[in-house]
Amino acid sequence: MNQLYTKSTQAIFWNNNKTAIQRMLDYDYTIQRETPSVAAIVAPTSNNKFDKFFFGPDEVMIPLFKTTAEAKAAQPQADVLLNFASFRTAYDVTMEALEIGGFSSMMITAEGIPERLARGMNQTAREKNVTIIGPATVGAITPGAFKVANIGGTITNIVNSKLHRAGSCGLVTRSGGLFNELSNIIAINADGIAEGVAIGGDRFVGSVFIDNLLRMEKNPEVKYMILLGEVGGTEEYKVIEAIKNGTITKPVIAWCIGTIAKYYDSGVQFGHAGASANGEMETAEYKNNAMREAGIHVPTSFNELPAMINKVFTNMNLAEIPEPSMSTVPATRRSKEFICTISDDRGEECTYAGFPISSVATPETGKGIGDVISLLWFKKQYPKWATEFIETVLKTVADHGPAVSGAHNAKVTARAGKSVVESLVTGLLTIGPRFGGAIDGAAEHFKYADDNGLNPKEFLGHMKKQGIPIPGIGHRIKSLKNPDLRVTGLMNFAADNFPATPLLDYAKTVEALTTSKKENLILNVDGTIGILMVDMWRALDYSEDEINEFIASGTLNAFFIVGRSIGFIGHVLDEKRLAMPMYRHPMDDILYQVDVAEEI
Amino acid sequence: MAQKAIREYDAKSILAKHWDKYFPDFTYAYETTMVQNGTELNEIAKTASWLNEKTLVAKPDMLFGKRGMNNLVLFRDAKPGDVSLAKASSWIDEKSSGDQSVFFSFDGETPTGEPSVDKLTHFIVEPFTPHEQSEEYYVSATCVGDDDVIYMSAEGGIAIEEDWDAKVTEIAFPITASEDEIAEQIRANVPKDVADENKANFAEFCIGFFKAYRELNFAYLEINPFVMQGNKIELLDMVAKLDDTAGFMMVEEWGDVEYPTAFGMEAKSPEVEAIEEADAKTGASLKLTLLKPEARIWTMVAGGGASVVYADTIADMAGIDDLANYGEYSGGPTTGETKFYAETLLDLMTREKDPQGRGKVMIIGGAIANFTDVAKTFTGIIQAFEVYADKMKEVNLKIYVRRGGPNYEKGLKDIKEAADRLGLYIEVYGPETHVTDIVRMALEGDK
Repeated sequence: MNQLYTKSTQAIFWNNNKTAIQRMLDYDYTIQRETPSVAAIVAPTSNNKFDKFFFGPDEVMIPLFKTTAEAKAAQPQADVLLNFASFRTAYDVTMEALEIGGFSSMMITAEGIPERLARGMNQTAREKNVTIIGPATVGAITPGAFKVANIGGTITNIVNSKLHRAGSCGLVTRSGGLFNELSNIIAINADGIAEGVAIGGDRFVGSVFIDNLLRMEKNPEVKYMILLGEVGGTEEYKVIEAIKNGTITKPVIAWCIGTIAKYYDSGVQFGHAGASANGEMETAEYKNNAMREAGIHVPTSFNELPAMINKVFTNMNLAEIPEPSMSTVPATRRSKEFICTISDDRGEECTYAGFPISSVATPETGKGIGDVISLLWFKKQYPKWATEFIETVLKTVADHGPAVSGAHNAKVTARAGKSVVESLVTGLLTIGPRFGGAIDGAAEHFKYADDNGLNPKEFLGHMKKQGIPIPGIGHRIKSLKNPDLRVTGLMNFAADNFPATPLLDYAKTVEALTTSKKENLILNVDGTIGILMVDMWRALDYSEDEINEFIASGTLNAFFIVGRSIGFIGHVLDEKRLAMPMYRHPMDDILYQVDVAEEI
Repeated sequence: MAQKAIREYDAKSILAKHWDKYFPDFTYAYETTMVQNGTELNEIAKTASWLNEKTLVAKPDMLFGKRGMNNLVLFRDAKPGDVSLAKASSWIDEKSSGDQSVFFSFDGETPTGEPSVDKLTHFIVEPFTPHEQSEEYYVSATCVGDDDVIYMSAEGGIAIEEDWDAKVTEIAFPITASEDEIAEQIRANVPKDVADENKANFAEFCIGFFKAYRELNFAYLEINPFVMQGNKIELLDMVAKLDDTAGFMMVEEWGDVEYPTAFGMEAKSPEVEAIEEADAKTGASLKLTLLKPEARIWTMVAGGGASVVYADTIADMAGIDDLANYGEYSGGPTTGETKFYAETLLDLMTREKDPQGRGKVMIIGGAIANFTDVAKTFTGIIQAFEVYADKMKEVNLKIYVRRGGPNYEKGLKDIKEAADRLGLYIEVYGPETHVTDIVRMALEGDK
């Protein structure tokens, strides 16, 4: 690739450095990129799933991941890693990303990574053909396309320095601060830069001057190049060599800073860790002279650099670069307190996941409550068999008589003279691990057993070790010979309509084992629903992680809550109709055993 | 700076600490101690019996070589190898009592150049080890370009430098070389002058040495010479540098290691030490080197690159005689950190007036910052002005400011207002002015 970044390049940003990420998005908006340049953020200690950033006047959500691997799997197109880990972890982060693969370049900002680690990291990247920018750098930029983190500074400075669109210069510096300064000088004295890299101040950096200049030599947008070197090291000589052997043919302007170092002994460290001359060849003066002799345009001092740039640029007589249109980032923006991703009431008609209510509500639409649930709960249009299954479940769990704890609570509350909603919630509040929870539990445990390849016997042993009875197994009176017809109905529906029912098939092998021990240890209605829900999601191509998340977030319980609310409301209305008096539990139904409190 | 020299005593201590890991087939007595005076040596001798039982060698341990040529190795009283504890103590007291002149380069036996003059403060004392010249060997390792290089020779001693190419075998290894590759190469390249019966042992020792060099994050490691008598090793002289950026991983491995100032270098001033301490505690960067504290031009420049450009420009335009310091602050220091840094500089620069009666100059420079909030850092500088305003006026200080970056307009406005309010001379420029142009202005403003 002859260009470091394009206008569609996206990055994974390691560490949620909000200011830097916001600066990237402000840049994106200014140069009218279609997508934000940050596709994902790796934030190992955050439990959030995304963070909000401004994209122009609006906000966008950028997903957060705990690991680089997860981020890369979710955003495979993001081929740039911006490694903002500290010097303690930056090495591990880079090495892991190199192992994962799929990155074309990585930028490492930390200063002071142990030299041996930095060398190993740089070498590994080189072998894998990954361009490393840094360590100890502010990054790189392809103006008009992609900007790394903080490089270029504020938006105002970026526009002043013409970093919002490609110019003609390829710029390579060691220093990040002087990169900015030179961008400004080049904007004033020439027409801006086409690509720029600050290679970093540490002694061992990944890509060096020559790597970047060779790429720029091949980049047709780059017409001439500027190299700002430093005292110390011999990297400039590789550039001289490339000019001498004709690999670099475009004009090069260069200057090495640190001419002062010759006045002092080596005990004085000027500038970056890499800036220390070992021997005459590494002094700034020697390198400046050598570059001048090789035909590079070298000024007499840094102060003369702007004039030199102006002279070389003017002589090239390049066509003027048209100024592209830009968007302006609003000066004040307010972050939103709430986010909604399921429905929208801002237009003519409120929509459910993009569908106007009228398009799903009336019978002629052919849509049922299962469709509405699939839109509002899952933001997907489920196929007919799935929405019908959801409706079957709701109907099946709608009521189970007055004696169960939720219905009983609702009835007692209604008799205390409370309203429908108050009575309903007292009933709903009993739903949890013991009441209705078997649906969740069955889904979770059967899925675990199936995922881990436990045979029925091993599964039973596993549950016994956990000390919990298997959720979804067992009925008070029903048995294989006297089957629960609700269960039969669900199973028949699944058999006729589901593409496949692997978890139910597994559950049946478990049931065969449990019923061989005791007649009534059958797969009950809760278990069947939980298990078939998993099969439904599997058939709908959800990943196992997504299904686990549905289970963990209580989605299965939600089906029970909706369905059973129908029955609870029925019981409450029944009580209202009957106008039964306040309920008091008979005392003879309570075992009283009250000891006198001991003094302690 | 990433690579830091350590004392011979510390280098030996680090190797001794990990001896069994790297040199399981060899023994090393690790009879060595470091003292600052004879009394201290006598005190240690109460518990370290070898100091009484054996004859001794003593020499300064202060990061310089050619100690023998400078007559600073005590190994004989009346005859070689007869130095007693009492003699070593009195010699150390004698050598540490006044300034010593040390030459760093020699032409044959004749010293060349000017000697460095300083006090000897640290001495290493070890047993005298009788051995044959043929039992002395040389080994060292360092990083050259992208590779690690091991240098091995069948001969040790100072003379090796004079006949380097003929006597030294060198092997370069990429950073990714495996232990097996390294061992195989070293075994295949033992210097031919090593006696055949010792070649296997020599190779094994060098393999362990190179492994220690790599794993313990040495930047440079040299033993010249080591004595090998069968499986018994003596480390007669060592030079070592550590990569101090690896310090956080090597806390246990290195132990309590010190990075001393080299002999002849002025000891760090308390101000420089305070800045170093502050630097170590922050994610930002604060650096200060005093070049000539009595000089009249002081710089307070943001950024590792920009600070060098300012220093270059001052040297070009005014010469280095007028340049008092080099330093930089960068990486987004807090207001408090910047205040401390500015106060340290202001304190130093207002202590004395210019002997020639000229005013002093303070260059508050910097490139266009990427992310450092200019107004925030300038608030720290302004707070320091408030403390030192009277003293600044006493030395007739003129301030020249040039800076750009986030919030620079406010920063420049604030610092101008503060200086005006405090009655300080100030000129303030933004990114429209060339970064180092204020140096020219300051020098012209003087005339």
